[in-house]
Amino acid sequence: MIHSLFLLDAAGDVFLEKHWKSPLSRSLCDYYLEAKSSAFSQSGRDAAGKGDQGTTTGGGADTQAVGAAQRLVPPVLATPHHFLVSAERGRVALVAAVREEVSPLFVIEFLHRVADTFQDYFGEVSDTVLKDQVVLVYELLEEMLDNGFPLATESNILHELIRPPTVLRSVVNAVTGSTNVGETLPSGQLSNVPWRRAGVRYSNNEAYFDVIEEIEAIIDTTGSAVAAEIQGVIDACVKLSGMPDLTLSFLNPRLLDDVSFHPCVRYKRWDAERVLSFVPPDGTFRLLSYHVGSQNLVAIPISVRHSLTWGTPGGAQGKLELGLAPRHTLGKVLEAVSMTMPMPQQVSTASLTPSQGTASLDPVSKVLTWEVGKINPQKPPSLRGSISLSPGSLPPDGNPTLSLAFRVPQLAISGLKVTRLDLYGEKYKPFKGVKYVSKAGRFHVRI
Amino acid sequence: MEVLWCRQKIPFGSNCYVHYLYFQMVARGKNASELFPAVVKNVASKNIELKKLVYVYLVRYAEEQQDLALLSISTFQRALKDPNQLIRASALRVLSSIRVPIIVPIMMLSIKEAASDMSPYVRKTAAHAIPKLFSLDVDQKEQLIEVIEKLLSDKTTLVAGSVVMAFEQVCPERIDLIHKNYRKLCNLLVDVEEWGQVAIINMLTRYARTQFLNPNENEAFLDRGGEKSFYGSDEETNTKEVSQTSRRKAYVMDPDHRLLLRNTKPLLQSCNTAVVMAVAQLYFHLAPRAELGIIAKPLVRLLRSHREVQYVVLHNIATMSIKRQGMFEPYLKSFYIRSTDPTLIKTLKLEILTNLGSETSMSTILREFQTYVRSQDKTFVAATIHAIGRCATNISQITDTCLTGLVGLLSNRDELVVAESIVVIRKLLQLEPSKHTDIIRHMAKLLDAIAVPMARASILWLIGEYSEHVPKLAPDVLRKAARSFISEEDIVKLQILNLAAKLYLTNSRQTKLLMQYVLNLSKYDQNYDIRDRARFVRQLVVPGERSNTLSKYAKKIFLAQKPAPIPESQFKDRDQFQLGSLSHLLNMKVPGYQELPDWPEQAPDPSVRNVEVPEWTKPAGKEKKKDRKERSFYSESDGSEVTESADSSPGSESELESSTGSKESTENSESDEEQDDDDDDEEEESDESEEEEGSEPDWEGETKSQVKKKLASRNKSNLTMKGVVESASDEEDATEGSSSESSESESDSDVPIGSVESQKASKKSSKVCKAVKQEISLLDLDDFGSMPATTPSPSLVPTSLPMDLQGLNLSVSPSLDMSSPLVNPNRSYPLLHRLAGEGLSADFCFARTQCDLPAGFTALHLTLSNGTDSEVVNVHVGEPAKPGLRIHPFPTQEKLAPGASVGVLMGIDFHDSTQPVTFQLCTQARQFNVTIQPSLGELLLPVIMTERDACAEQSKLSGMNESSVEVTLKAGSITLPSLQYRLGTVANLGTVPSSEDCTLRFAAKTASAGCLVLASLKWKSGNADGSKGVLTVNSEKMTLSPILLRELQQSLSLC
Repeated sequence: MIHSLFLLDAAGDVFLEKHWKSPLSRSLCDYYLEAKSSAFSQSGRDAAGKGDQGTTTGGGADTQAVGAAQRLVPPVLATPHHFLVSAERGRVALVAAVREEVSPLFVIEFLHRVADTFQDYFGEVSDTVLKDQVVLVYELLEEMLDNGFPLATESNILHELIRPPTVLRSVVNAVTGSTNVGETLPSGQLSNVPWRRAGVRYSNNEAYFDVIEEIEAIIDTTGSAVAAEIQGVIDACVKLSGMPDLTLSFLNPRLLDDVSFHPCVRYKRWDAERVLSFVPPDGTFRLLSYHVGSQNLVAIPISVRHSLTWGTPGGAQGKLELGLAPRHTLGKVLEAVSMTMPMPQQVSTASLTPSQGTASLDPVSKVLTWEVGKINPQKPPSLRGSISLSPGSLPPDGNPTLSLAFRVPQLAISGLKVTRLDLYGEKYKPFKGVKYVSKAGRFHVRI
Repeated sequence: MEVLWCRQKIPFGSNCYVHYLYFQMVARGKNASELFPAVVKNVASKNIELKKLVYVYLVRYAEEQQDLALLSISTFQRALKDPNQLIRASALRVLSSIRVPIIVPIMMLSIKEAASDMSPYVRKTAAHAIPKLFSLDVDQKEQLIEVIEKLLSDKTTLVAGSVVMAFEQVCPERIDLIHKNYRKLCNLLVDVEEWGQVAIINMLTRYARTQFLNPNENEAFLDRGGEKSFYGSDEETNTKEVSQTSRRKAYVMDPDHRLLLRNTKPLLQSCNTAVVMAVAQLYFHLAPRAELGIIAKPLVRLLRSHREVQYVVLHNIATMSIKRQGMFEPYLKSFYIRSTDPTLIKTLKLEILTNLGSETSMSTILREFQTYVRSQDKTFVAATIHAIGRCATNISQITDTCLTGLVGLLSNRDELVVAESIVVIRKLLQLEPSKHTDIIRHMAKLLDAIAVPMARASILWLIGEYSEHVPKLAPDVLRKAARSFISEEDIVKLQILNLAAKLYLTNSRQTKLLMQYVLNLSKYDQNYDIRDRARFVRQLVVPGERSNTLSKYAKKIFLAQKPAPIPESQFKDRDQFQLGSLSHLLNMKVPGYQELPDWPEQAPDPSVRNVEVPEWTKPAGKEKKKDRKERSFYSESDGSEVTESADSSPGSESELESSTGSKESTENSESDEEQDDDDDDEEEESDESEEEEGSEPDWEGETKSQVKKKLASRNKSNLTMKGVVESASDEEDATEGSSSESSESESDSDVPIGSVESQKASKKSSKVCKAVKQEISLLDLDDFGSMPATTPSPSLVPTSLPMDLQGLNLSVSPSLDMSSPLVNPNRSYPLLHRLAGEGLSADFCFARTQCDLPAGFTALHLTLSNGTDSEVVNVHVGEPAKPGLRIHPFPTQEKLAPGASVGVLMGIDFHDSTQPVTFQLCTQARQFNVTIQPSLGELLLPVIMTERDACAEQSKLSGMNESSVEVTLKAGSITLPSLQYRLGTVANLGTVPSSEDCTLRFAAKTASAGCLVLASLKWKSGNADGSKGVLTVNSEKMTLSPILLRELQQSLSLC
């Protein structure tokens, strides 16, 4: 199993190492760094921005994508004696050394689980935070793995073992010299319901569910969807006392034919009755993620008009016209609309006038961004402008891909609806709420 | 520096804080070993925080400072005896992590001890410790295997994953250890924690490969036949294979094989990608092809996860898509490439798209490819062109379209794209050169513009090969090439040589001089390959001084008909590795990789997986006896606590209870059970019998009924295991129950007697071990209700073994101590009428106490009266007519004076069934057959329970085990005592003190099997003319609760 774990910052320095068997030299990470640099040089023809690799804001088309998102170091590397399995989160790389056969996904999944835990504890996964909290990180790792085999990965148990840092506690710790190690022993590990602490008490019992759907689509030049699918999750924030047993039913459970559950959900009930029956973990968790595949018809809530000509380098100016319009939104408003379009390197300047919002072309990365904001259906926003290519360059031979981000509150684009939430096992009446929101995931328009 | 700084700090800061600093150093990878003594002395600290810090430190540096580390060992040894299970576990965890060879014996001892610990958590830690010790000292293997074997038989979900992991690391070859636990592992799988699931699934994949037959055997033949005919080879083999197929038709899937597939299926919905992948590979390697489709969707879903996950999953999909193209075809669009994908992922997706291409989908794929070709990521464009080439070769219909498209690309501005196109076109042209003369000509012209060596070499080769199609152009090309020969790359030079030779052979008039020029140039080339080739060509082609035989054939050698290359997927050979493994991903054998075995030709004996069920065969007799003793001991001391089970009469078992006797008695009780179950089990039975006919034809009805019982019990356990805290509503639970029932229907096949015999021997051999086993099963009973597979359902157990054991363990489980009966109605029933008994009459009433009868018996007070004028001599109970019947006779009454009557006590084991029991009442002269039909309520014995325990037990016994009904209570009758009395009359229940108003709780157990029975009555107080209440009965024995409920309800409605 996992032999050692190294945490590397963006510069490639090991800032934390943990060994579960005999210690390994950190020079092992050189193999990783080598692969990293070769991955970068291979696809790093331009040094454009380090932008985050998140799905929603991540650049979009080729030029910028080559910059950041395309730099995937092969997650599994073979070195003479060890195998390095790595995962990148934020700007931190987690590199695990493995000596023997193991399912690579097992390690990758675990590394991401570690990163999730960091996220949970520190709010973000970045080298600065982790360096600050190095002891806490170490303690967490100590509890999460035993001899390289995952031990306690449930955040509930971990919270019991090691308290998450708060401002107050860090002050107290500094004064009293105590640490965040919990005094109590983790009884959760013993129970049948490892994801829930025993003896939870709240004065206000509440359960909130957020249905979040992301539309992933590729729209081709003619405006028709080449591929469109919905990636949905139900995130829950449950603060209920005791051992509640919840049942969540849907108006149209048929939609959910491709789902993955939190371990608390009872498969059999779902199979038989299509209701979610579960004893929830305490606090926030992802109850369910689902996927409405490309077989189903997905309503695209926005349409894009576009026309683009390049002109000649150094000579005639090219023209760009873009128009956005809402459709199929069932009267809901499109919010937080923004558009990014990575221009080819040949583009030198652009003068753009949006009818709404602000538009700009980054002179270095050549990414055109247009922050539209809210779309008024009566006045669909548009962007007009001219583009000039730098003299002496060849006209670009392909058009860039445009990526859109938007948000439609109070709408689940797939039509999923929660009908009721029932509570069994406890006597109080909880406060319940469901919120729907649709967002753009990787929403690409080919021009 | 830092070390010194820390040292200075020691006197000032609090102790803990200093260690905190040390700890930071450890974490940063600084060498803090100098501080070892200072730190380790704190190992015995009471402060948990400090302790944890010291542990970390100790584990990190123990290997370097072995002597000092030894000082801490005694602390751990002490902690291993701590009453708190968590402390025991953590002590073992640290102790086993200290990598000092000298403590191996201590570790071994602690692991062995912990493996039989009461707490499953400690046992889990023991399982974790096994690989640690193994890596420290390989010689311990044998002993460790023993521990693993023991832990494998553990029935808690907590342990299962960890021990399988240990198994994989220590002794993956000992597949025989799995047999007995196979079904249990399958059934527990859903509830094991996610990481354990991965380990178990991977192990079971290998196991199943050795134990079951290939479900795709038929199709494998068909397939191969199909493929052959596709490539137009001989029909003969085809027909032969078809005949083989028909011979093979009789494949019936082993029920255990089916069990594995069914129980892993829900895990496809796990949110852990590793679990999904593990199940997917299990299906891929084990499932019949028809069922393979279900894994496609979850795998595609994983593509929405992190990029690293995508990378691994795509690798696996690529391999699968070669073998099973149809599987992913519906999800084609999910593999469309996004411009934001990393290049690594783009190429993988391209690979998959290429593999998926079929005649129908090709046009869509090609359209996609066209978009990709316009991308600005040039490496990706090159890969796309390559993919187009592969598609064109695979599907002959589209070759022309592809060629046109590729030729279009030749005018691309990017040289890389053009070069790649040329290489691909060259391969495509080889398929049908004559049709594409113009393309060859076009390419010849391109030679001036292209600088990429591979492309230039390709063009030269093409022209050399097909010079007869471009006879005018070819010499000119050679001329140009010869001129630039010196500046060319090696690969191009070689092709120029080739071209020269070929042209010389076809058109020696025009090219002779050119060729000689080229040969001369290459003669002095730096590269020895080129010099070599030149020498070879010269000897072969140029008609020299001595004409050797070979040169006659030069033309044949150079211009032979060359087969067109078939571009192969780079994933072609990867399927030799188990999918989802590291080896598969890297396409190399990684140390520790366990080869996936081939399917066996003949299935090994499936009976090895049958699990011993000691309680209803011979060994059960032993235990029964033992328990009886304990039971009597119990009742004497009136519920006093017995804490040791192992020491009570382990040795002296004379086999009084013959195996047949005890077995048939179970049967007896089952036969009526069967009737109850029959309705819902009909379908299952038919399924079952079909399957069983295939595997074990010599089956009889009796075993089948036992199977059914087992199934029933398993359903129960499944329900309880899932941790249904409170039943949502009865209907829902009923459906849940029935669904699980139907899904479980074929889960278990049989428990033949033979295997049990063999296990008996092993059982005898180690009594200590047995004691431990009992302890384990006892823990499970209270942790998870009854367990599937290895623990028989309590209803199968003629003795009250699990119950007794539960009673022994006071710390963990609610003890089922017996209480005195609530009500003793002393209602007597006639047994033998005076007339029928020729003067002798007998009445009986249920004594409602255990008296001092052995366990399992229901006590009866018999009143014998002599109504005749003469003495009745020698009244006794006759030998039981039926072998299974157990009767504890009353002492023989020597004399019964005329008119006198005498009360005697006897016991009958009703086996918890209301079937009438017939026995003989004998006098000196006559024998009278008498029959007793008990009411269900009388078969119970009250037990003492606290309310909390009762509630806990009740929540475990939900679903099928619960039945409830609404009752109306008349106003006057609602007083606690009256209700208690009324219910108590009907059934021998013990009250449970209840803190709630308007709630009555009762607890009892069945006399024979000792199944827990809980009853509760809740009503709303207030209303003047009666109120509504809910009567609920929960019982481990599913059939029992509705009957009892009916009886109780009647008693209430009477008032």
